[in-house]
Amino acid sequence: MEINRPEVSTPQEADLAEGQLINSFYAQCTSQYPDPDRWLDEKLQRNLFLTTVDTAVAWARQRSIFPLMFGLACCAFEMIGMAASRFDVSRFGMDIFRWSPRQADLMIVAGTVTWKMAPAIRMVYDQMPEPKWVIAMGACAVSGGTFRESYSVVPGINRILPVDVYIPGCPPRPEGLIYGITQLHAKMIKGTIDNPNLALK
Amino acid sequence: MTVAINCEETGKKLQETIAGSVISAGKADILVDANKLLQVAGYLKNTAGLDFDYLTFVTAVDFLDYMEIVYRLVSLKNNQSLILKTRCFNRENPVVPSVVPVWRAAYYQEREIFDLFGIKFDGHPDLRRLLLWEGFVGHPLRRDYL
Repeated sequence: MEINRPEVSTPQEADLAEGQLINSFYAQCTSQYPDPDRWLDEKLQRNLFLTTVDTAVAWARQRSIFPLMFGLACCAFEMIGMAASRFDVSRFGMDIFRWSPRQADLMIVAGTVTWKMAPAIRMVYDQMPEPKWVIAMGACAVSGGTFRESYSVVPGINRILPVDVYIPGCPPRPEGLIYGITQLHAKMIKGTIDNPNLALK
Repeated sequence: MTVAINCEETGKKLQETIAGSVISAGKADILVDANKLLQVAGYLKNTAGLDFDYLTFVTAVDFLDYMEIVYRLVSLKNNQSLILKTRCFNRENPVVPSVVPVWRAAYYQEREIFDLFGIKFDGHPDLRRLLLWEGFVGHPLRRDYL
């Protein structure tokens, strides 16, 4: 864009140029500012959009999830792949993975949970503010997977946490994780202000 | 590349210096008596020409009649390596002297072996479970576990 800068040499000329610029701005303000929806016809302009507060709030929550990093094993790489540019989970409003549980509302437990890790995962879950959701990603988090009979692995994280969405696979592809997140969206839109994550009462 | 030294010669030298320490010395490894382990470790670390100043790993193998503890030593000065083994025959209360006073690197690995095999390391500064939680019953890497 070319900048129209007047050539001035004295303060009087500078004042004069400034006055001309202000006058040109002023001339644009004499007519009414055009309505942005003037291209719609009159019936549509008068239409109203009705919804409930519950749906509006749930919709807002659904479109701004802040997931918590909780990669424990190889599933974590699929989770990272999901967040990176190729699969691009930003399309669903999940822009930033938070490192602090206090700033997150979705915990994606990606990988094998050992009994030694169980107290840490429970503590992180308890630190997250309400409302909060949990995704169990991969066979190990869902049921213990290959290590179900092992002496050191939790046979499914639903033994220690409430889980909203289970995503099987070893590991699930990023598309699978995105499908799980859309399922979580479908669950979140049903939530109300009183009971946002549809907890059983 | 680190060169594995000839263990037969080193075994002879060890037997001359510390009488009754070496049980057998093959080409690949030296098997020593557990009671003389600390003396052997000190000798291997501090003797000129050997200088095994770096302990790569400690691990254990369960052979059912006995349990074997394996040490891989490396000399960064002379660029050579050695495998040292010792055995303990008591399954109920296996005790082996700790090499933490000689090589600090053994600290966590001896704790891990204590956790998973139940071998007690006499002289270890803080022998606790490492990978499993307090209250766990049994030693999972023993062959008779489960």
